[in-house]
Amino acid sequence: MTARDADSPLPVPALDLEVIRQFGPFRAYAQDIRVDSGVVPDKQVKTHCCFCGQQCGIELKVKDNTIIGIEPRYDFPFNRGMLCPKGVKRYLQQAHPDRLLSAYAKDPTLPSGFRKLEYTEAIARVAGEIERIQREHGPNAFALLSGASLTTEKTYLMGKFAHACLRTSNIDYNGRLCMVSAGAGNKKAFGVDRAANPWSDILETDVVLVAGANVAECAPITTNYIWQARERGAKVIVVDPRITPLARTADLFLPVKPGRDTALFNGILQLMIANDWLDHDFIANHTVGFEAVAKEVSAWTPARTAEVTGVAERSIRRAAELWGTAKSSFLMHARGIEHHSHGVYNVLSTINIVLASGRIGRPGSGYATITGQANGQGGREHGQKCDQLPGGRDLANPEHRAYVAEVWGMQPEELPQPGVDAYELMRKAHAGEIRGLLSICFNPVVSLPDNNFVRAALEKLEFFAVIDFFMSETARYAHVVLPGSLQEEDEGTVTQVEGRVIRINKAVDCPGEAREDWRIIQDLARALGRERGFTFQSPEEIFDELRLASKGGVCDYSGVTYENVDKYDGVFWPCRSDTPDGAPPPLPQGTLRLFEPGSWNPIARGAGPFYFPDGKARFNATPYVGPAEDVDAEYPVILTTGRVVSHFLSGNQTRRIGPLVDHHPEPRVEIHPRLAVRLGIVDGDWTTVRSRRGTLTVRAWVVDTIRPDTVFVPYHWGGRKSVNQLTISAQDAISKIPEYKVCAVHVSKADGPPEYAAALEPQQ
Amino acid sequence: MAVSETREFFLDASRCIGCQSCVQACAECDTHKGQSMIQLDFVDRTRSTQTLPVICMHCDSPTCAEVCPADAIKRTEDGIVQTARKPRCIGCNNCVLACPFGVPKMNTRMNLMMKCDMCYDRTSVGLKPMCASVCPSQALAFGTREEIAALRPGARAVNTFHFGAQTIRTKVNVLVPKDAGTEIVDVTAAMYEPPLGRDLLDDVFDARRSGE
Repeated sequence: MTARDADSPLPVPALDLEVIRQFGPFRAYAQDIRVDSGVVPDKQVKTHCCFCGQQCGIELKVKDNTIIGIEPRYDFPFNRGMLCPKGVKRYLQQAHPDRLLSAYAKDPTLPSGFRKLEYTEAIARVAGEIERIQREHGPNAFALLSGASLTTEKTYLMGKFAHACLRTSNIDYNGRLCMVSAGAGNKKAFGVDRAANPWSDILETDVVLVAGANVAECAPITTNYIWQARERGAKVIVVDPRITPLARTADLFLPVKPGRDTALFNGILQLMIANDWLDHDFIANHTVGFEAVAKEVSAWTPARTAEVTGVAERSIRRAAELWGTAKSSFLMHARGIEHHSHGVYNVLSTINIVLASGRIGRPGSGYATITGQANGQGGREHGQKCDQLPGGRDLANPEHRAYVAEVWGMQPEELPQPGVDAYELMRKAHAGEIRGLLSICFNPVVSLPDNNFVRAALEKLEFFAVIDFFMSETARYAHVVLPGSLQEEDEGTVTQVEGRVIRINKAVDCPGEAREDWRIIQDLARALGRERGFTFQSPEEIFDELRLASKGGVCDYSGVTYENVDKYDGVFWPCRSDTPDGAPPPLPQGTLRLFEPGSWNPIARGAGPFYFPDGKARFNATPYVGPAEDVDAEYPVILTTGRVVSHFLSGNQTRRIGPLVDHHPEPRVEIHPRLAVRLGIVDGDWTTVRSRRGTLTVRAWVVDTIRPDTVFVPYHWGGRKSVNQLTISAQDAISKIPEYKVCAVHVSKADGPPEYAAALEPQQ
Repeated sequence: MAVSETREFFLDASRCIGCQSCVQACAECDTHKGQSMIQLDFVDRTRSTQTLPVICMHCDSPTCAEVCPADAIKRTEDGIVQTARKPRCIGCNNCVLACPFGVPKMNTRMNLMMKCDMCYDRTSVGLKPMCASVCPSQALAFGTREEIAALRPGARAVNTFHFGAQTIRTKVNVLVPKDAGTEIVDVTAAMYEPPLGRDLLDDVFDARRSGE
């Protein structure tokens, strides 16, 4: 643990004025060719949004290698033209004044701290440092951080680069902050980690239960799916400590106290059992472990559940009745229940009520986790996780190692053993065990919890290189920054929220010396003198090898082709290329819905629809465990964090897009009037929120829509505006996801505006 | 070309999630790129996350055009109330003050009133307007009455509004719950009153004076 003494001075990040002056973030607005009427684009490229896991179809209008605007893409079935504001304005990130057009090297003699570096020199320098650190301190002393906003081809290449080229155990990815609790829970319960149903099933369902997902702001397009279900008469249940825009008109709103989700779902299952709202046939024939779970939840009476969760007993009873007696249902959750030190238990407690109802694997009934990043699904499947090989295979499994080693033309024993998660990488860097790091598609200085510790860890590295298209808050710590590619400057595939593999098409060329990320990785392999296996000429070549490497695995892409992805508006994995004994022939459009009765998978091989040898799903007992840091007299308020609709993740892109910044210029702390009155805070007051790890001063937003024992701050900003200065690095024991959603803070009215207010623009 | 008679605009405020996609997309319309004609805000953020997009309702008898001393605002045959014609608009603000829905906005830099023309460049060639295309919750929707009736079985389309003595019919429909009665928000709308002997412009100038 990294907890500091409560009385030690809290670290305060620098304002970084000089580096901001040169590299931004500055706000771009449409101007010149982008506002001229009647400009005829050179081309309109059908592709997808670069931001969230919904991956809405979009057309980019291109003129003179500049994206001048967007056109709704009515032909893509998932969103049929709909877009959130990020999708509408995403084009402004391209041809942006802040764009890195060359490599940079740290140079403390310059005010901004960086000087331009010729690309080949930069590659040679990074390769040289990798070689030196690994030679002097062993292969594991150099680590890689990757991300789930990259195409699947790039994530595959990053995993291969770590395991086959650098042969380091230490690679992990920013999905560690995002999808891993859901992934671990799904694997424990179903043996496979993918949304069980396509979104079209939401439209047909009778009860929609949304747990810990601010759908309207974080997955806006899904709102219409839920509300179309409601038009048919479906009941909507929302579990959230805040009245989100979706919760505002929900049939039932359960304002759960942050960190108590397992208790809530245990309580609901207890009522389902007490009232016999169970599918006994399904439980008997398709699951194991129900008795242990029934025993675990038996103590969760409505009264106790209400006391622990802070939800009215009548609402808990109503939720159990609505869910228990439904004919069809769809349960979805997101980071709200997953970002906890017991996030996997929270996920499993929701899966338990799905399995008890028997309503999964059929049209109109199912379950899904809402992926966060563009490739939140595909990015967690093909080997950039610390314990993983392509196809969802395990790095610790001898058979899996043998298969992938053969594809990669190496001996299984040459593959490294599993490494550690992204936060543990930071701890190892801080401890001096990891000496060098290459990071792509990750902004840990903003996005990791207790980020003052992360800053200290990065400063201890002997060598730190970053591949990025902008000078992110994290890149400011790098010794070398390599200019990578924006999503619209490259092509490939991603796998969106439904498990649908879709195509990202290139719209413009990389500017200046910037290059496609996969080329940069291959340039490094070549400079290291280990280019065998890193000589791909196109993303499709990488994809073809990925198909082979994933063949026979749980995440089987072997039957997915670029051609079929285009032809069918996406292909749902698993999609086999062959027909094993007893299996039905594969469909070219893949597997729309998992767990259908009689379906075949490579683990059960016909024994049942779930991905275990007996084909049965697993109930998992979920004992309630409280948050790692609960409130006390000194830190009496719960802090929870999340997103706003106009920004995305660490804001490295959206904080450079003027119209999105104008919508939410700066973070504010949401406070219930009851708490605000007690603290003497009125709407708009500068307010200081302090935890054992850091302190933050932002304006107050006094609103009835949050629990009075909880405050909320969105996390998209860096430096002194970063709420992750305050969050705790406690992690789930199984998934290693950090506990972003609960920590203890002290809230008070500030004496005046913070230092940054006069020095920085809102987005900086 | 004219806007299709069968495809109509529908506004369902109960679905609005405040995401501002419509506001952002409006500024992508080719006739006024960079300028949004939609205003969207919270009704009362302290109390609720309820938001409301304010879009031009395209009145059958548009007050903005009626009060325009320069005859700059035209309603075309297809029922679209067009934005002010640049050569005619004198920037007097009459329309801004008179519109019962509070839609027209003065672009002081250009000394020109600008308002929604229902993406005439799109709708006149069979495309949906930008805002109703992108709206992720379909609080703003564009389609035929049959399509909307099938998608929103619990809703009823309303396009007649009473503002005191003034009754306005609009091309844009507001969706309300099917079983909702007529809601009277201004007592004078339900009163019998003898004619006031004042015309609308007097009210407008009164409003201007009191605003000073």
